Amino acid sequence: MTTPAIPEGVKRCSTGKFALWLAVVGAVLLWGVYAMFLVWYKGLNQTGMNDAYGFALWIWADLTVIALGGGAFFSGFLTYIIGKKELKSIINYAVIIGFICYSSALLILALDIGQPLRGWFIFWHANVHSMLTEVAFCLSVYFAVLTIEFLPIVLENPKLDRIPFLHHLSHNLHEVMAVFAATGVFLSFFHQGSLGGVAGVLYGRPFAFREGLLIWPWTFFLFTWSAAAVGPCFTVLITRITEKVTGKKLVKQATFRLLAKISGWMLLTYMIAKIIDTWYWAAVTAPAKGFTLMDFYTNNPVYGIWILIAELVICGLLPAVILVTRKGRENNLLLMTGVILAVIGVCINRWVMVLQVMAAPLLPFQDWYMYMPTWQEIATTILPIAYGIILIMLAYRYLPVFPQEKELNSGS
Amino acid sequence: MFPFIFEWAWDIPHLVFMGALWYALSIIGAGLTYCILKSLYDTATEEGGESHEHH
Repeated sequence: MTTPAIPEGVKRCSTGKFALWLAVVGAVLLWGVYAMFLVWYKGLNQTGMNDAYGFALWIWADLTVIALGGGAFFSGFLTYIIGKKELKSIINYAVIIGFICYSSALLILALDIGQPLRGWFIFWHANVHSMLTEVAFCLSVYFAVLTIEFLPIVLENPKLDRIPFLHHLSHNLHEVMAVFAATGVFLSFFHQGSLGGVAGVLYGRPFAFREGLLIWPWTFFLFTWSAAAVGPCFTVLITRITEKVTGKKLVKQATFRLLAKISGWMLLTYMIAKIIDTWYWAAVTAPAKGFTLMDFYTNNPVYGIWILIAELVICGLLPAVILVTRKGRENNLLLMTGVILAVIGVCINRWVMVLQVMAAPLLPFQDWYMYMPTWQEIATTILPIAYGIILIMLAYRYLPVFPQEKELNSGS
Repeated sequence: MFPFIFEWAWDIPHLVFMGALWYALSIIGAGLTYCILKSLYDTATEEGGESHEHH
């Protein structure tokens, strides 16, 4: 079915079918919105957080979506600054995924601060010695950059494109996109890093504390590195899921393989650095504070040594090896296994750097602190997923997101 | 955030931190202003309102 609002030369499902799926995902969205208003109306007593858990499921979700949304800044860096023109076919989608991830992160933060009406205090009364202030600034400004990067894609909707001013605005934004992309890279480097830095500077939490370079603990660099490595994997994953759902080829296989190759090498070098960091922490940093490695992984119901092996080996080294080898990238099943494992790996990393940090006891007479999220926390964490699906549905239907779609599906 | 807010201090941390913020905001603002002004100019100078080509 083709209507003037749908990009020229591509086919989309009927309005009825589209509305039906929109209603299904919209119901999940409304459930999350209801929980969100409960949290805003009744306060943080709606959560499972307590004195031991000032950070919990929301902050994990926040750190994870920011890491996964790293595909936007790193793909932008590769496309506009390094000059990898092959990635132009996927950069639109990377930007949309990044936009969803960062708007979700801001929404989650608006819930987590407990007093959203005072959210502007962090900007107005900025504590310049706080890494979280740096995160808040860079996150907000980078979201503005992502909105500017998203804008020309929206303006390319056939109906909007007919308006001369909007047509020229879209064209002119494209012309100077490298400037915005470079600013995005600068901002992303610092907020991705500072999110890791927050954990690394916790000298009272030996599980998280790391030494580092000047004011930056090693976790600062590791977080930026891992986001740049895994962000493109998430872009590949979401694009492949979109292809499966729509039953169409949207991006050339060569583009996936190129992105996977770059991601693989980033992941491999990150894993080498991460393993060295873990070894140094286990052998030097933690013992200097009176802890052994196994103090952090035994006598508790959840955090066994398995989680370290899962993060570093199964969801770290293994996908890195798959993605850097030609055979791994050329085999679709292996490629997707590598991509999925890498995404799970960064989710585990953010989980342990938020939740395990809070769970590990600090004194010999303390026990492990366990935490169970409430349904309100779960619903508000699922809310961004429903919102993301709806935005992707709308973007795919009404915007020319994939420039190669027409060519790749001309025979069907 | 601004020198007129009571806790502002003219020290290195404030200058570096806020300098970087305003530097980034200035680039974004300048880029956006350029695009809007150029689009207005392009629209105004477009010959007889002819339909534009897709890029």
